Amino acid sequence: MTAVEPDLFAGFPDAPRLVGSRCSDCGAATFPAQGSCPRCTSTSVGRHALAPTGTLWSWTVQGFPPKEPYLGAVAGGPFTPFGVGYVDLGGEVLVESRLIGAPGSLRIGQPMRLVLEPLPGDGGLVGFAFAADDTAGGTADDTVEGEQ
Amino acid sequence: MSTEVAIVGIGIHPFGRTDGVSGRAQGAHAARGALRDAGIGWEDVQAAFGGSDAAGNADALVADLGLTGIEFVNVLNGCATGGSALAMADRAIRSGAYDVSMAIGFDKHPPGAFNASPAQYGLGDWYGDVGMMVTTQFFGMKIQRYLHDHDMGPSVLSLVAAKAFRNGALNPNAWRRTPMSPEAIAGSPMLSDPLTKYMFCSPAEGGVALVLARGDIAHRYTDRPVFLRSVAMRTRHYGTFEVFSPSLAPERVDGPTVVAAAAAFEAAGIGPSEVDVAQVQDTESGAEVMHMAETGLCKHGEQEDLIGSGATEIGGSLPINTDGGCLANGEPIGASGLRQVYENVLQLRGDAGDHQVPGDPRVGFTHVYGAPGISACTVLSR
Repeated sequence: MTAVEPDLFAGFPDAPRLVGSRCSDCGAATFPAQGSCPRCTSTSVGRHALAPTGTLWSWTVQGFPPKEPYLGAVAGGPFTPFGVGYVDLGGEVLVESRLIGAPGSLRIGQPMRLVLEPLPGDGGLVGFAFAADDTAGGTADDTVEGEQ
Repeated sequence: MSTEVAIVGIGIHPFGRTDGVSGRAQGAHAARGALRDAGIGWEDVQAAFGGSDAAGNADALVADLGLTGIEFVNVLNGCATGGSALAMADRAIRSGAYDVSMAIGFDKHPPGAFNASPAQYGLGDWYGDVGMMVTTQFFGMKIQRYLHDHDMGPSVLSLVAAKAFRNGALNPNAWRRTPMSPEAIAGSPMLSDPLTKYMFCSPAEGGVALVLARGDIAHRYTDRPVFLRSVAMRTRHYGTFEVFSPSLAPERVDGPTVVAAAAAFEAAGIGPSEVDVAQVQDTESGAEVMHMAETGLCKHGEQEDLIGSGATEIGGSLPINTDGGCLANGEPIGASGLRQVYENVLQLRGDAGDHQVPGDPRVGFTHVYGAPGISACTVLSR
C-alpha cells in the first residue's frame, strides 16, 4: 500500500493520522505542513498530527470527470461522482478532503472520521478521505462548533 | 488637487468562440477599436498594462500594433488580471508619470473546465492526483455553505443565470444570446452540487482595451469622458475561504472582495447606495449572489428578495451584470475584468443600446474576483 504523498500522514497505513503543522507562537494549524505560519508569519512551526474525527463544514459532489492530473482521468471511461468537502477537525483547522458515501446523504454538521481510500488508476496509490462517523455520539444539526 | 483619470477610449472583440482568429489578434482588434474611439494612434499611448492567461504574453501585441518603445507590463493575476492591469494603468497616470495609458486583456481558452496545475499554486502534486484541483468544487462548496448560513434556497441560483442569458440576448458582443428558463437551468446536469451546468460560465475567447488619460486633458480625446474615480486591488487575509485551499482557518474573516470594494468606495468618496449600475464577478450564479453583499451593494440575506423581485434586472433599482456577465459572455481570463468596465462606460455614456439601463445612470461599479483569493474593484462616474 503506497500513500499518494507520504508527507501527509503519520501511522500509515495501520493507524493513519493526517499531519499538518502548528505554529509554536500563535497556535494556528495548517494542512499540509508548511514551513511558516500564514497567520502570524512566524517560522517557528512544527509537524502536528490532526484529529481523526470532525464535522462536515461544507460539501459538494464532483459530477463530471476531472481532467489530468486526476489519477482517474480516462477520456470516455467510466466515472463515478465523488463527494468533496471541508471537515472541521475539533475547531483547530478545516481540511479539504474527498468524502466517502452516497452524495445524497451529505449534510453540513454531520460527524465524520478519517479513512484511507484507494485512488483510481493503475498505480495502487492510497489517499485520505472522510466518511460519515456512525459511532459518534449525538446527531448532525445545523450548528457547527466554532461557527457564528 | 490630485490628478483625475478618465477613460477616453474603449474597444472590444466580441466574446465567445471565434475560430481562426488568435487571442492576440482579438486583443489587437480591441486595441485598435479603443484607439479609434479616442481618436488617437498607438504612437500616442505612453504605457500599457495587459494580460492573457492562455494566448501568449500580452506585450507580444507590440509586434501587431507598432514597435514604439513604450513601457508595457504583462499582468498575470487569474480572473482578476483585467482589474489588476487597469489598476496599474490608472496608477501610471495618477502618479504623474504619464498622460495616456492603455489597459488591455485578451484570451483564447480551450473548451471545458480550466485545467490548473498544482505547482503553479504552490500545492503538491497529490492535490491534483486525488481530483481536488478543480475550481468548480470550490464554487459548489462556497455557495453551499453560504446558502446554509443565510437560510436561502437554491432556486435563487437559477434566477441569476436566467437573468444573465436574458441580458446576453440583448448584447451583440455576448456569446450566449439565447434566453433559458430557470426551470431548464435547474434541470441541466448537476456539475458541482448545488450548481448545475448552466449556472457556470465557460472559458472562452475575447479581447477588451481601454485608453486612459489625465482627467484635465480628457476633452482632447472625447466629449463624453467617464472618470475612473477609484481602483482598488487586494489579496486574501488569513481566515478567508478561497479556491485551491487544502485547509482553512477555523475562524472566518472578510474576503478580498469586501476589502477591495470598501477601499474603492472610500477612495472614490462615493457609497454603494449611489451605484446606478454594477458588474460583479459571476463565475457561477452563486458568486453573483455572494458578491452582491460582499461588495456592499446589499446586505447578506437580502439577495433572494432583490433577485426574485427583479431589482437586479436592467430596468430594476440595482441593475447587475447588464451585459450578461461571465455567464453569458464566457470567461477569457485576461479580458473579463475589462469587459465589465467597457460595459459600464457604455452605460454611463448612454450607448448600451438594447441593454441600456434607463434613467441616465451616472455611477458605475465593477468587481472581479479570482484565484487564489484576489479582487479588484472600480468606481466610475461621469
